[in-house]
Amino acid sequence: MSDGGFTATHDVLVIGGGGAGLRAAIALADADPVLDVAVMSKVYPMRSHTVSAEGGAAGVIAEGDTVEEHIYDTISGSDWLGDQDAIEMFVDEAPRELLRLEHWGCPWSRQPDGHVAVRAFGGMKKMRTWFAADKTGFHMLHALYQTSLKHDDVTRYDEWFVTRLLVDDGRVHGVVAVELMTGRIRAVAAKAVVLATGGCGKVFPFTTNANINTGDGMALAYRAGAPLKDMEFVQYHPTGLPFTGILITEAARAEGGWLLNKDGYRYLQDYDLGTPSPTPVLRSMELGPRDRLSQAFVHEVEKGRTLDSPYGPIVHLDLRHLGAKVIDAKLPFVRELCQKYERIDPVTELVPVRPVVHYMMGGVHTDLDGATPVAGLYAAGETACVSINGANRLGSNSLPECLVFGARAGRAAAEYAATAGPAPAAVAAQAADEERRLEHDLLGRAGTERVSAIRTEMQSTMEESAGIYRTGPSLAKGADTLAELQQRMARVGVADRSRSFNTELVAALELANLLDVAECILRSGLQRQESRGAHQRTDFPARDDETFLTHLLVHREPDGSSRVERLPVTITRWKPGERVYGR
Amino acid sequence: MPDEAGTIGLRVARYRPDTDSEPGWQEYDVPLRREWTVLDALNHVKNEVDPTLSFRWSCRMGICGSCGMDVDGTPRLTCGTFLADFAPGPIRVEPLSNFPVVRDLVVDIDDFIQKLPRVKPWIIRDEEKSVDEGEYLQSPEELDAYKQFSMCINCMLCYAACPVYGLDPDFVGPAAIALAERYDLDSRDQGARERLDVLIEHEGVWGCTFVGECTRVCPKHVDPAGAIQRYKLKAARESVKALLLPRGAR
Ligand SMILES: Cc1cc2nc3c(=O)[nH]c(=O)nc-3n(C[C@H](O)[C@H](O)[C@H](O)COP(=O)(O)OP(=O)(O)OC[C@H]3O[C@@H](n4cnc5c(N)ncnc54)[C@H](O)[C@@H]3O)c2cc1C
Ligand code: SF4
Ligand code: FES
Repeated sequence: MSDGGFTATHDVLVIGGGGAGLRAAIALADADPVLDVAVMSKVYPMRSHTVSAEGGAAGVIAEGDTVEEHIYDTISGSDWLGDQDAIEMFVDEAPRELLRLEHWGCPWSRQPDGHVAVRAFGGMKKMRTWFAADKTGFHMLHALYQTSLKHDDVTRYDEWFVTRLLVDDGRVHGVVAVELMTGRIRAVAAKAVVLATGGCGKVFPFTTNANINTGDGMALAYRAGAPLKDMEFVQYHPTGLPFTGILITEAARAEGGWLLNKDGYRYLQDYDLGTPSPTPVLRSMELGPRDRLSQAFVHEVEKGRTLDSPYGPIVHLDLRHLGAKVIDAKLPFVRELCQKYERIDPVTELVPVRPVVHYMMGGVHTDLDGATPVAGLYAAGETACVSINGANRLGSNSLPECLVFGARAGRAAAEYAATAGPAPAAVAAQAADEERRLEHDLLGRAGTERVSAIRTEMQSTMEESAGIYRTGPSLAKGADTLAELQQRMARVGVADRSRSFNTELVAALELANLLDVAECILRSGLQRQESRGAHQRTDFPARDDETFLTHLLVHREPDGSSRVERLPVTITRWKPGERVYGR
Repeated sequence: MPDEAGTIGLRVARYRPDTDSEPGWQEYDVPLRREWTVLDALNHVKNEVDPTLSFRWSCRMGICGSCGMDVDGTPRLTCGTFLADFAPGPIRVEPLSNFPVVRDLVVDIDDFIQKLPRVKPWIIRDEEKSVDEGEYLQSPEELDAYKQFSMCINCMLCYAACPVYGLDPDFVGPAAIALAERYDLDSRDQGARERLDVLIEHEGVWGCTFVGECTRVCPKHVDPAGAIQRYKLKAARESVKALLLPRGAR
């Protein structure tokens, strides 16, 4: 790139090869055969985090289920913060997308008559979650990846790490990326860019998320002028394995698993989630929403009714009564993970679990077509916030979200690219700037600070200040510490002098992204002086629709500071009401 | 930290193409913790001891297929290989065999990435039905017929274990053949003929000499050796037909 030119030019460049990115790429290839499409990803597409999703994907198909009910479950699950126009569209399009994946070979679990089977899931009033045993994300991702191979005209940049979006006059024109294999810094021009870079669980120390979930796309968009929306809403999943944080899917409870405290008592009955029954009841007890279940755990800790483990307090997930046959048919991966990582067999033993950071409801602000306020820049999947998830995502809504909005963003980007012009000269200068920054501020410098030390401090700061329960002072203190960490980040250098596959450089770039995302989480968390869904402020314990039935958008100012703006929630037909579970 | 039982030695292969003239070894001592995998130990080294050590990983739960390495002479997923099983050590950690080494424990798998599309691992149909007509029916038994071959995570352990792939880089290899078989056996698919045409070619399935190492090392019980065997039978039947029948009648 040293000549300041572009390595390549495409009509549309998709960043990310997970569920959202591959769906977007296929939609683009289908939209217009002459469109020049490329997919760039920091890992090979089938390594993307979508591969870890276990439980399933929601879509109305079963007899007796209705679109209205899925919409209502999602809206009430979101604590009325989801945009209802987006949710209606999502629920309407999800079944077609899941069917399309069936046609593309996804091995959905079946009923005896050959129709696709559905299972129960938390917060859902009907059984509507499609599943491929308990490796749904794995099978969806491989079906998408293998189907995408049909489109051999889609260029792939595997193991390229995007470091910057090139934006001029409010329009995106391409990216700068590091080709990891060689360490070369490259600029790639594109008329439109679709961000599908996934979540940011690595902001926290204890998470179900993969190592690569570092919020890169959120940070890239934020710096490029697109605001981040609803960032205070971080989902804790109630059942992670201690130490590793490996997820035990909600499907384990949907199939009939119980949560027990140290006395063997199904404690959820004490938290307005219904009364225990031996078989699962929809929208009740263990099938309540994740925010409420994780909060109940904290109260059990306070009451001294949890067990101690070397990795903090735990409760038990009891699957024993399901028996080996059901577990092997419906939850084989759960059994494998417990045996491998906890050395216990859920068929005969209790599984130790605790809440674990799992999903980011917030993300890059988009409209229903995935368009961000930066012209030509689209976002879809976990990195985006349309929003359908509001203050609390329902399990199994996120995989179909990747498909529905990945496809929509792809189609919209195709249309945009058809009318957009080539990159102006100023953009090449920007690319050269970015190359200089990487060369001199990171690679060419000894540095006095270490990536891993700053990362560990950031993670513990976030857990302390923005966990399941937060307060104004805890968030403010966290923000102060983060500001210090940002200063230390400026003194980081990359000790590794080798250019090829320099994972220390990658870690430094990821940490810079994590810090910006963390800052936005605290910034909006401070601003939202109420408790709603996953955002629980003990200093403002009630939901306050009067003041806060609104999204918060964090914008980055040119001087690096942030500004928070409000955006009303779109209400179509469902007036905000009480969230009722188990009664 | 709990469960600490002293330390264990890691003997790690190092290679940086732009600074090292040839590969070498580096020794690290890491805490021997009951719940630590080899991957945890490598991350300990990376975070606390030597940030320049390079390796791939992501999910740490045996599903993304990134973290395959050669551990004490056998290809394994390092996120599912526990230190305690190798006590007292030292444990040898090397890049997967049969692939060019990019750097340290990172290998170049581009050859597989290029070969995979050749076996057409997607649903092929004479006529595609529209989404409006609903799903293709598939009974649980029909699903079971190909399920095992659909569990491949592309971790490349089987390629690293395969003596034939080591000698004959044109061999399509175990995982790609298993994936071809996965689609052949899918009741929704009609592309078996097209895939056979590819695999019957010179280096398709014929390279395999039934060593079975691929199946032995596969962490997901895919049984690629079984898939290759089935393909060879199909291919053999085809060549017998080719001898007995005039071309048009095949
Ligand atoms: C353990 C687990 C289980 C889950 N189970 C379910 C479930 O059962 N049902 C459900 O609905 N949801 C589930 N979820 C949530 C769901 O899996 C995710 O929200 C979803 O898969 C995200 O997909 P994505 O396409 O947005 O991102 P990802 O799949 O994370 O893909 C991100 C892509 O972006 C690329 N990328 C990122 N940064 C860069 C960069 N700087 N440069 C280049 N490329 C980059 C990556 O390489 C990757 O290809 C689960 C999540 C977890 C953690
Ligand atoms: S067949 Fe098994 S060993 Fe080979 S790539 Fe697939 S999962 Fe890995
Ligand atoms: S890190 Fe994903 S398989 Fe080991």
